[in-house]
Amino acid sequence: MATVAVTAPPESRPRKLVNFWRDGDQITHLVTLLFAASVLLVTVFLVYELWIHSGPSRAKFGFSFLTGRTWDPVAEKFGALPFIYGTVLTSFLALLISVPLGVGAAIFLSELAPPKLSNACTFLVELLAAVPSVILGLLSIFTLVPLMRLYVEPFFKRTFGFLPLFQGPAYGVGYLTAGIALATMTFPFVISISREALLAVPREQREAALALGATKWESTWQVVVPFARLGIIGSIFLALARALGETMAVTMVIGNDTGIHTSLLAPGYTIAAIIANEFTEATGDIYLSSLVELGLVLFALTMVLNAAAQLLIIATTRRGSRQD
Amino acid sequence: MDQLKRRNILNNVMLTLTGICTVLTSSVLFLVLGFLVYNGWRSLNWDFFTKLPLSAGETGGGMANAIVGSGILILIAAAIGIPVGFLGGIYLAEFGGKTFAMLVRYTADLLNGVPSIVIGIFAWTVIVVPMHHFSAWAGGFALSLMMIPIGLRATEQFLRSVPNSLREGSLALGASKTRTVMSVVVPAARQGILTGMILGVARIAGETAPLLFTSFNNQFWAAKLGEPSASLPVMIYTHAISPYEDWHRQAWAAGLVLLMLVLIANIASRWVLSRGASAQRG
Repeated sequence: MATVAVTAPPESRPRKLVNFWRDGDQITHLVTLLFAASVLLVTVFLVYELWIHSGPSRAKFGFSFLTGRTWDPVAEKFGALPFIYGTVLTSFLALLISVPLGVGAAIFLSELAPPKLSNACTFLVELLAAVPSVILGLLSIFTLVPLMRLYVEPFFKRTFGFLPLFQGPAYGVGYLTAGIALATMTFPFVISISREALLAVPREQREAALALGATKWESTWQVVVPFARLGIIGSIFLALARALGETMAVTMVIGNDTGIHTSLLAPGYTIAAIIANEFTEATGDIYLSSLVELGLVLFALTMVLNAAAQLLIIATTRRGSRQD
Repeated sequence: MDQLKRRNILNNVMLTLTGICTVLTSSVLFLVLGFLVYNGWRSLNWDFFTKLPLSAGETGGGMANAIVGSGILILIAAAIGIPVGFLGGIYLAEFGGKTFAMLVRYTADLLNGVPSIVIGIFAWTVIVVPMHHFSAWAGGFALSLMMIPIGLRATEQFLRSVPNSLREGSLALGASKTRTVMSVVVPAARQGILTGMILGVARIAGETAPLLFTSFNNQFWAAKLGEPSASLPVMIYTHAISPYEDWHRQAWAAGLVLLMLVLIANIASRWVLSRGASAQRG
């Protein structure tokens, strides 16, 4: 014990070292703080820039920008309604397809499939979410559009042609095609988040329902799904936010028409698509700032949806953990 | 008895339907892969990787400049996005107070949800407008904005999963906080953080919308980073919407190359993560 030979270093060295590291801690704190703050700053700056650069358009058109139906660069008259309409309509169509499909698959994956199969399928679906949208657009142009033009749209016209929703020539491009392309990009979100929400439902809930004599489907649909509904709704909001802001695949199949059409088969436009198509060609302040204002509108729409989705998802996970 | 029968039939029908939903959704990826391999493989040749695009209508040529251009844009984006995401994530996990950290976290989620085309407008206003022309800088900057939230949240998440006993052990041995974070906590979370960064790169590699009016496009080699630069996603877009048969062929080839890169990055990062998880358990 007495032979523990710790050669004491000169008195000042450890102190200096300790001081240095203590100061170092402050420096590290400061540096990392700056980087974290830069995320905040850049986001605030983004909103500021959108606001400033849309100034001329906001000053000239005011709120009538949102309700204007004409988009005429030559006369410098700009209204956003056709694009807002197109964005909302295509996103709605996408959800109409992807929500039943996605929730159905999520139910199968969480309630019926053995864990290995469930994980494998979820992996495939999440990989699909990683496929760049320009590639889905490429695929849509050369496979989906001809398919729609030759088979699907004539079928709809024959069967539901009496409805105003399915009239006019079958171009292949249009709201419906864009909606289908969007559906393939949104159902991965619905599946992976809904499945998590369903898996978080306590087992007792299922067992209680089954013990009362419910069939598997009744226990799932009347007990498990309502229990996880906030998470499922959250996933739908998230999918909607993604659909609204999606650019490339939609731009490639929407048909680029600045009118407002009732028919789902008609070509249209979305906010993101018109920005992508016309931004580099826009001449004149008003034209450019109108496009920036469209960006601002899109930004506001997606922000509200994202915030709502986040709140819902947080609410479900909290409730789930409390019940456990 | 009759009612029981009906309930059982409903049960079977609905459960089968959910199975069909699963088959449909899981098979889309194979459809995408199948079409791209079928159409892209025929068009893929040595010229694609080594030659410049020819002018419209001519047969042949390649996308060498777009491949290099994409690489450069990703490098610029990573050079900005990785440090910001990594250090910001360290702040959130290790130093952050309550309110400010929550604010940053919320903003990062917000930034993550900003449509990519809006990010493009922002990069255009802050870089292209002052410089008066499109440039690789602007494209790289736009992509970095999409990467930051992913890196930030991944870093934070994996640092938080490091057990506190490791931190306490290190601090008890007299290490400073900086030392503890850099030599103990970050190495323990390194696989997860790396995965997050790879996923971030994979996400931006295929982004097209933010590049349309930042790095624009270029049929030739860009001599400087201040010049418009070609990139694979934008090339796919312009070639796909063109009326030329040979350009379509090249778009398929470029799509195949891009898809392979993105899928490999995704699968690799998953593999790294699952290996890390089993190593920790074992």
